[in-house]
Amino acid sequence: MSNSGTAIEISQLNKWYGTYHALKDINLTVKHGERIVVCGPSGSGKSTLIRCVNSLEEHNSGTITVDGIEMKDAASINEIRSEVGMVFQQFNLFPHLTILQNLTLGPMKSRGMSKKDAEERAMGYLERVRIPDQAHKKPSGLSGGQQQRVAIARSLCMEPKIMLFDEPTSALDPEMISEVLDVIVDLAEDGMTMICVTHEMGFARRAADRMIFMDHGEVIETGTPEEFFEAPKSERCQQFLSQILQH
Amino acid sequence: MKLRTGLIIIACLALAGCGSSAGTWGWYVIDPRTTSGYNNIGFLLNGFGATIVLSLIAAFLSMLIGLLVVLPGMSANRWIRLPSRIYIEFVRAIPLLPMLFWVFYGLPVVLKSMGINVSIDAFWGAVITLAISDSAFTAEIYRSGIQSINKGQTEAAKTVGLNYQQTMRYVILPQAIKRILPPLANQFIYIVKMSAFASVIGMQELTRRANELVVTEYRPLEIYTLLILEYLVLVLIISFFVRWLERKMGSDESKV
Repeated sequence: MSNSGTAIEISQLNKWYGTYHALKDINLTVKHGERIVVCGPSGSGKSTLIRCVNSLEEHNSGTITVDGIEMKDAASINEIRSEVGMVFQQFNLFPHLTILQNLTLGPMKSRGMSKKDAEERAMGYLERVRIPDQAHKKPSGLSGGQQQRVAIARSLCMEPKIMLFDEPTSALDPEMISEVLDVIVDLAEDGMTMICVTHEMGFARRAADRMIFMDHGEVIETGTPEEFFEAPKSERCQQFLSQILQH
Repeated sequence: MKLRTGLIIIACLALAGCGSSAGTWGWYVIDPRTTSGYNNIGFLLNGFGATIVLSLIAAFLSMLIGLLVVLPGMSANRWIRLPSRIYIEFVRAIPLLPMLFWVFYGLPVVLKSMGINVSIDAFWGAVITLAISDSAFTAEIYRSGIQSINKGQTEAAKTVGLNYQQTMRYVILPQAIKRILPPLANQFIYIVKMSAFASVIGMQELTRRANELVVTEYRPLEIYTLLILEYLVLVLIISFFVRWLERKMGSDESKV
C-alpha cells in the first residue's frame, strides 16, 4: 500500500441537527497509511465526523473527498462506501445469520463473488482476527470481544482502503478490550489507513500517527501522540486528558 | 389458568342447569338424538367452511395490500409517503358494515358507470371489504415490525455495500418477520369475527345459517348460544396457534 497521496480530504465541513451545530468548519486531511485517533468529551462531534466520511450522516456544507472521489450524489457515495469499512460501538452484526454468513453477505451480494470464494476470503479474515472456529455460530453465541472482532473481519472482507472505528471498545467488558485493540493494532502495523474514535489512550500511544482532540464540534488540537500527551497546548485538552488519565 | 378453567366449569354447569329446566330452554332444536335436531346442527356447522375460506382469502389479500401500502409508506420522501398515510387513515375510519354495503351495493354501479360490467356476489363482496378494512392494520403491523429493527442494522448493511432492496431482503425483513408474524396471526382472529358481518349481505356462513334457522325454528337463545360456541372454538384454536407461534418466535429471538 502506498504511503503517499491523500486518502481523505475534508474541508469546511458543517453539520447541523436542527439548530444544534454538531460540526463547525472541520478541515482534515488524512494521508494513505495514516492512523488517526480522534478523542474528546461525549457530544463533541467525533462520531458524527467519522460517520460523515462514509455518509451515514449527511453533512450540510463543505466537501468530503475520499480516495479522489468527491462525495456528491448517490453513485459517488456508493463508490466511497466500497472503499471505506466501518466498525461500530454496538458491533451491529446481523443476528439472524451465522458468523460466516455475516462475512460473506457483502462480498456475495454487492460484489457478486461466488459463495466459495467469499467463504474462502471470510475464513482467511476470521483466522486473522483469531476466531476461525466460531464460523458456524450465531453472533449471540460469542462474547462481546469476539463479536467485535467478527465485525472487524466483516469489514475487511470488503477489502476497504480505509477503516473507520467508532468507539470500538466502549461497549466491551474490560477484560475483552485488549483482544480487540490487538487486532486493530495489527491492522495498523499492516499499513491500513484508519480513523479511530476511542478513549483508549494506551492504544493511541501504540498505534496512532496523529491525535485529534475535538470539543463542541470543533477540532481543538492535533499533533503526534508524544506532543499530545506530553505537552497539550489548549486548556480544554489538558483538562480532558487529566480527567481520563486519572484512573 | 386456574381462573379460566374455573369459569369454563361454571359456564358448563350453568348451561347444563338451563338444559334441565325445560320451561325456558328448548335444546331439542339442536339435540343430535332427534332427526331434526341432528339436521339443524349439520346445517349450522356447514357454515364453518364458508367462514374459514372467507377469512383465509381475506387475510391473504389483506397481507398483500398491506405490503403494497407499507413500502411507499416508509419512504424518506413525504410525497411518496402521503398516499399510503391517507389510505391508512381513511380505511381505518370507515366502519366495516357501511363499507360492506358500499362494496356490495355501490361498487358494481360505480364499475358499471366506468364500463366495467361485473357483478359482485356476497362472497367476494365480503372478501374485498374484509381485506381492505384489515389491510390498514396489516400495514401498520408491518411498519412497526420493520421499524423495530435497530438502525445499526441498516447502517452495517450500507457499510458492506448493500443497496436498499438488498438490505430489506437479506437483513431487515428476515429479522422483522419474527416480530410481524405473531400480531399478524392475532389480526386473523379479528377477521374471523368480523366475517360474521357477511351474513347481512346473504353470505352463507356461520351467522347467516344461525339467523335462517332462528327464523324457521323460533329458538334464538339455543341457536345463538351454539353460534357463539362455534366462534369460540374457532378463535380458541387460532389463538392457541398464535400462542405457539409467539413462543416459537420468542425463543428464536433469544437464541440469535
